[in-house]
Amino acid sequence: MKRVVITGAGTINALGHSVPETLEAMREGRCGIGPLEFRDVDRLAIKIGGQVRGFEAEGRFNRQQMVLYDRFTQFTLTAAREAIGQSGLEFSGELAARSGVVLGTAGGGVSTWDDNYRVVYEDGKNRVHPFVVPKLMNNAAASHVSMEWNLKGPSFTVATACASSNHAMAQAFQMVRSGMSPAMITGGSESMLCFGGVKAWEGLRVMSKDVCRPFSANRNGMVQGEGAGVFVFEEFEHARARGAEILAEIVGFAMTSDAADIVMPSKQGAARAMAGALADAGVNQDEVGYINAHGTGTAANDKTECAAVADVFGPHADRLMISSTKSMHGHLIGGTGAVELLACIMALRDGVVAPTIGYEEPDPECALDVVPNEAREARVDVALSNAFAFGGMNAVLALRGI
Amino acid sequence: MNVKDKVIEIIAEQAVLDPSDVTMDSTLQDLGIDSLGLVESIFAIEEAFDISIPFNANEPEAGDFDISNVATIVAGIETLMAEQA
Repeated sequence: MKRVVITGAGTINALGHSVPETLEAMREGRCGIGPLEFRDVDRLAIKIGGQVRGFEAEGRFNRQQMVLYDRFTQFTLTAAREAIGQSGLEFSGELAARSGVVLGTAGGGVSTWDDNYRVVYEDGKNRVHPFVVPKLMNNAAASHVSMEWNLKGPSFTVATACASSNHAMAQAFQMVRSGMSPAMITGGSESMLCFGGVKAWEGLRVMSKDVCRPFSANRNGMVQGEGAGVFVFEEFEHARARGAEILAEIVGFAMTSDAADIVMPSKQGAARAMAGALADAGVNQDEVGYINAHGTGTAANDKTECAAVADVFGPHADRLMISSTKSMHGHLIGGTGAVELLACIMALRDGVVAPTIGYEEPDPECALDVVPNEAREARVDVALSNAFAFGGMNAVLALRGI
Repeated sequence: MNVKDKVIEIIAEQAVLDPSDVTMDSTLQDLGIDSLGLVESIFAIEEAFDISIPFNANEPEAGDFDISNVATIVAGIETLMAEQA
């Protein structure tokens, strides 16, 4: 089996338009959640979100591209440009033929669906733009990345709701580790912050109207975010031979299914995924210094996740740090694991653990070190990134500093 | 159909019971309605009475709408209907 390292990272989300901006915001415990701004927001009960601000398609993309790219694709391409640029890889010949793109998204081009349903239902028009389908399809972002950077190997899109990007990255990791591909572009994106996208979530009655406070006793729900995170996963010897800067090593993963309930999380499913990732990585429990939690800020997730961590780590659960950066950037649904992987890289590489902000009251059911409100300096050797989706589909990645 | 009968009909349907098995002092838990069933019942009640119920599944006890049993739900609906008329 090959070793797999990360040689490029890119993002755009409510905390910043790049990795350095995002990490700075995480270090400072800044909140990117605020009042939503889009059409008909006054008809929503939930009016807050982690919206990407100051992002203009004009200037980044030409006219033909703008007509063809949904916002989730625009986010993906922006993040991919940063990641691939950092890696220094140029794809041609054999490298291009064997390298591909695996991305996660839950909804794909949600605002394209939303806009065009308006056109035909609300405005009563009987004609839509010819590019509606190629714009909204879930694989549009992965396809455009493949075209932009000449990636001709295995490429596809994974949809497992809130675990989509972790499942995608686990898959890309497998492909590089097995020797199938020398490098893979992976991560995920989501852009559901439009009227229909937020209205759908409102129906479940699990959203907070004011703030996302994971693990806090007075938490009252999740807050949606949007954006993308994209990484270059590269075979270690390939990266070393060309003198690439290595951000971290991916050492293991596991995927499990609860096979239980369509929305309620399961402690066993989450625990099996974390334990599986440790076993796959050949890592002992006590080597793990940081877990980037799924930490949605709902009553159900946070207590279940903490109980699962306690089960897997035993006494070491009280010594490790676990934080939810969703308190800052919101829940990016299918793109969330990708943005959250940045917090793992920061912990391993910079020795800075991102905080759980908005934390006010300890909850006896979440009695772990959740790094409340302020980032912390600490040496972290191994980090886990958790994602537990609706539908009971879980994916956990294990990373090691290098 | 009065408020009470309509609420009983909605809750009975959710619990897959006959309306005669639902009494005013039944709790949703007694009737086997789980958290997702509760959210669905709230939605059905909002649609039936054209009201908006302040309910967050993360803190079901918070807010003014008391879901302790069928009687408190009926009372809560009557209050909201008067307020939101």
